[in-house]
Amino acid sequence: MTVIMKIITTLSDEIFFNLIREERYLYFVKGLGISVQLTLYAAFIGGAIGLMVALARLTNNKVLNYLAGKYVDIIRGTPVVVQLLIIYFAVFASTGLHRVTVASIAFGINSGAYVAELIRAGIQAVDKGQLEAARSLGLSYPQSMYYIIIPQAIKNILPGMGNEVISLWKETAIAGFIGLEDLMRGAEIVRGRTFSNYTPYLVIAFIYLYITVLMTMTLGKLERRLRKSD
Amino acid sequence: MIKVVDLYKSFGALEVLKGISNEIHKGEVVCVIGPSGSGKSTFLRCLNLLEQPTSGDVYVDDVSLTQLGKDINKLRQKVGMVFQQFNLFPHMTVMENITLAPIKLKGMSVEQAREKAVILLRKVGLPDKDNEYPNKLSGGQKQRVAIARALAMDPEIMLFDEPTSALDPEMVGEVLSVMKQLVVEGMTMVVVTHEMGFAREVGDRILFMDEGLIAEENTPAELFGNPKNERTQSFLSKVL
Repeated sequence: MTVIMKIITTLSDEIFFNLIREERYLYFVKGLGISVQLTLYAAFIGGAIGLMVALARLTNNKVLNYLAGKYVDIIRGTPVVVQLLIIYFAVFASTGLHRVTVASIAFGINSGAYVAELIRAGIQAVDKGQLEAARSLGLSYPQSMYYIIIPQAIKNILPGMGNEVISLWKETAIAGFIGLEDLMRGAEIVRGRTFSNYTPYLVIAFIYLYITVLMTMTLGKLERRLRKSD
Repeated sequence: MIKVVDLYKSFGALEVLKGISNEIHKGEVVCVIGPSGSGKSTFLRCLNLLEQPTSGDVYVDDVSLTQLGKDINKLRQKVGMVFQQFNLFPHMTVMENITLAPIKLKGMSVEQAREKAVILLRKVGLPDKDNEYPNKLSGGQKQRVAIARALAMDPEIMLFDEPTSALDPEMVGEVLSVMKQLVVEGMTMVVVTHEMGFAREVGDRILFMDEGLIAEENTPAELFGNPKNERTQSFLSKVL
């Protein structure tokens, strides 16, 4: 009995000190806002870069091919935290851009390389006869891509794309390296105040997980909808 | 209508077409037969520039295809093509498959294009399949939709690349009968086929291809009844 009482007291103490006292829950709420923003912006930037790079890799233009290939190699070959720091301290050092913008661009550039590979593979997986049929009707190459190839490629790409956004969501936890108060940094600030060993980490682990589950569910719904022509 | 001049095509070191010259006239039905790997399909695909000739040229209505550049898209509207593997667009309904090109390329309104598609679907014997997705159709039905899709652009000539080779035997007839109907209507057609009976019945002229060349060319009666070339004789003795 006393053991249970002790656990309950400890738990309520932890919750009180880490979340309620001095409105510390606000660190988590604001952190969540920053993390979500970073993920959304970076996903859009990454998607746009990824599509362009994928198309560049698929054309016959040697220069574009080479540049796109090198971009993918460099980004996939270096840690994202190093890229973030280089982009913040070297590339955008004296521009006075908001940190959220810089971090979104950094995460977007990183994600773009992975998205590019996903899109390229997804497009190449569409049967060659589809492009031939479209071209034989008189559609131009861009029209064929837009009406015929890309809609089919999306079905191939979507599962991987979902994984990419989920990875991105968790990768934003390094935004604290450039002084952004995201979810992760929020937990560290609270921990610095309360000297709790792990409670703030448990709180954000739960939040990260919860958002990930939401994304997985949304993705599943989308995939089911796209499958209606099968 | 189509003039082929000294056509060569290589894939890397492999020489597939070794100098083909021929002419296809308006209203003519030309069937191309020959063993696998003889270059029949490659020859056909050069006629709408799905394959770029290594040398030589193809003229459609006196326009050189290799000189066209981007205008090839305009020219391809006049040349319908039907593939062995159907190549229907799986993410679109039958109706959308047929109406896409007329709407996007001919500036037809959606209603006009749909009206036309309804007529074409009736013609190929599938009046009630307009809202189905291709995966719900049998092979023979898919191929008939593919023919309707090509016809929707009002082509002046139709190219058929082994249109019945991927079909179950019981479905070959329904596709061939649609094609025969086109012949009756006077459509200019080039048909690569293994259906000797069909070639003999509807062909105005048969081209027998072997090893990248037209080895023999004649009317069906002559070519099937009295083949002159030794290789034609040996091929026909195997398939007939």
